[in-house]
Amino acid sequence: MALYRALIELADDHLVLGHRLSEWCGHAPMLEEDLALSNFALDLIGTARSLYAYAAEIEGKGRSEDDLAYLRNEREYLNCLLVERPNGDFAHTMLREFYFAAFMEPFWQAALASNDKVIAGIAGKAVKEMAYHMRHAGEWIVRLGDGTEESAARMQAAVVDLHPYWEELFSGGDCDALPDRAALRPAWEASVKAVFAEANLDWPEPVYGQNGGRDGMHSEVLGRMLSDMQYLQRAHPGATW
Amino acid sequence: MYSQGLIGADSRTEETDEFLAAFQARIDAEEKIEPTDAMPEGYRRTLIRQIGQHAHSEIVGMLPEGNWITRAPSLKRKLALLAKVQDEGGHGLYLYSAAETLGVTREQMTEELHAGKAKYSSIFNYPALSWADMGAIGWLVDGAAIMNQVALCRCSYGPYARAMIRVCAEESFHQRQGYEIMLTLCNGTKEQKEMAQDALNRFWWPALMMFGPHDGDSAHSEQSMKWKIKRFSNDALREKFINATVPQAEFLGLTVPDPDLEWNAEKGGYDHGDIDWDEFWRVVKGDGVMNRERVQMRKDAWDNGAWVREAALAHAGKRAAKVAAE
Ligand SMILES: [Fe+2]
Ligand SMILES: [Fe+2]
Ligand SMILES: [Fe+2]
Repeated sequence: MALYRALIELADDHLVLGHRLSEWCGHAPMLEEDLALSNFALDLIGTARSLYAYAAEIEGKGRSEDDLAYLRNEREYLNCLLVERPNGDFAHTMLREFYFAAFMEPFWQAALASNDKVIAGIAGKAVKEMAYHMRHAGEWIVRLGDGTEESAARMQAAVVDLHPYWEELFSGGDCDALPDRAALRPAWEASVKAVFAEANLDWPEPVYGQNGGRDGMHSEVLGRMLSDMQYLQRAHPGATW
Repeated sequence: MYSQGLIGADSRTEETDEFLAAFQARIDAEEKIEPTDAMPEGYRRTLIRQIGQHAHSEIVGMLPEGNWITRAPSLKRKLALLAKVQDEGGHGLYLYSAAETLGVTREQMTEELHAGKAKYSSIFNYPALSWADMGAIGWLVDGAAIMNQVALCRCSYGPYARAMIRVCAEESFHQRQGYEIMLTLCNGTKEQKEMAQDALNRFWWPALMMFGPHDGDSAHSEQSMKWKIKRFSNDALREKFINATVPQAEFLGLTVPDPDLEWNAEKGGYDHGDIDWDEFWRVVKGDGVMNRERVQMRKDAWDNGAWVREAALAHAGKRAAKVAAE
């Protein structure tokens, strides 16, 4: 069941982050970003579907992707805490996206060589998407970090706020079919440092890294997100939509 | 998502008779008018107004459906709804660009929307209260939009006509997607079917109002027809919509909330009850249940994003200065 569990962790990461990004739709700073953030969300939720479907198949209990997404409660969700962080301002949203994509891009790159054909297939599509998310979010981090005084201050504040949450990306999920997460840390740090240098951002002093998401121990925000997301499925048990 | 029968454009114009006659001859010959062509001021103003209203409708129209993205009941529906709302944003972008060819900027149009000076379709001032509204909006609102927009594909102004051709294909996909949501609900549980009926009850009359006032009460309609900005009258399009939609409602097993609706074999179309024009004008003038919130949400998005847009400009300036110095 190591693979099942690892797939659920990844699927939950993608769904929760995609859901957060979808909250921006219609409220972004400019129309072009309404479209870009929706694209991000579509990519992430699309990948979540593939991962849930495969997890359900491996589990072999006849559950569907929607059963997994809509009928588990917050203690059963295994996403990392980073992805459930509220959107905050545009700086927070772009930084959270960059941290995640800078982890997933090398992850899928490595997964292309997986001996599990389904995973290699998912990786083939996702790796291109994550490269795009990294580029787009990275460009915004540079613009905001090296923009106005206000934007630089907001960008640096986002860095400080999200600092306790990035380390958890490298935990959990060991199984043969998937890349070793801890091994991806140097690549992630190199990507982040390159963008920070261009954006004139400071890397803060180490803080205690929050984690627990992989054990279903979340902050309070996830339960509220799920009660929103799961409302119809919970209110009309067994209905088809 | 669509243009309402145009509300309150000023099509007065002051050019010489020769100029106007020559322009009219081009229109009558079905020539497309392009941005660099000479055109009467009234023509330009009418188009700016109409394309602007249409663009704002796409953007404000993202909000009622956006209200359900986080609550969509399956992953497939969530993706489809998100993609649909994203399409509407894309329509807004093409339309603002089409309007910009006439000498206004997106910023000016946006400011007019926020100041309450520019209109958008009254339909979006009704609330989206249940998941079935995602079905009803796609089916009826995008459906009504298509009736309007197919006609606009032949509009005399080239950039608008071309934008509409691109948009129409997507709108008809939205319409089918909405209908399919309704169909699923109508084949579902008792509660789901009730939800679908309730959505039809709430959206039917506002959807009919989307075509705008009766032809006799529609200011400037005649001039717009002459200039071929508009190709069909409000009432003709409304009838066409009713005739297409009533059988679809019957197929769903839903009741259209109009006791006077009756097939008229002689005219080969439906007779229908009176539209509540007091409600229409009340909502157009700002007193629908959602008017204030819709505009406020757009303003908030714009105001909260001001620092981002300023930063992008400042950064681009720094980049350009760096390149110049090298
Ligand atoms: Fe549209
Ligand atoms: Fe439209
Ligand atoms: Fe549409």
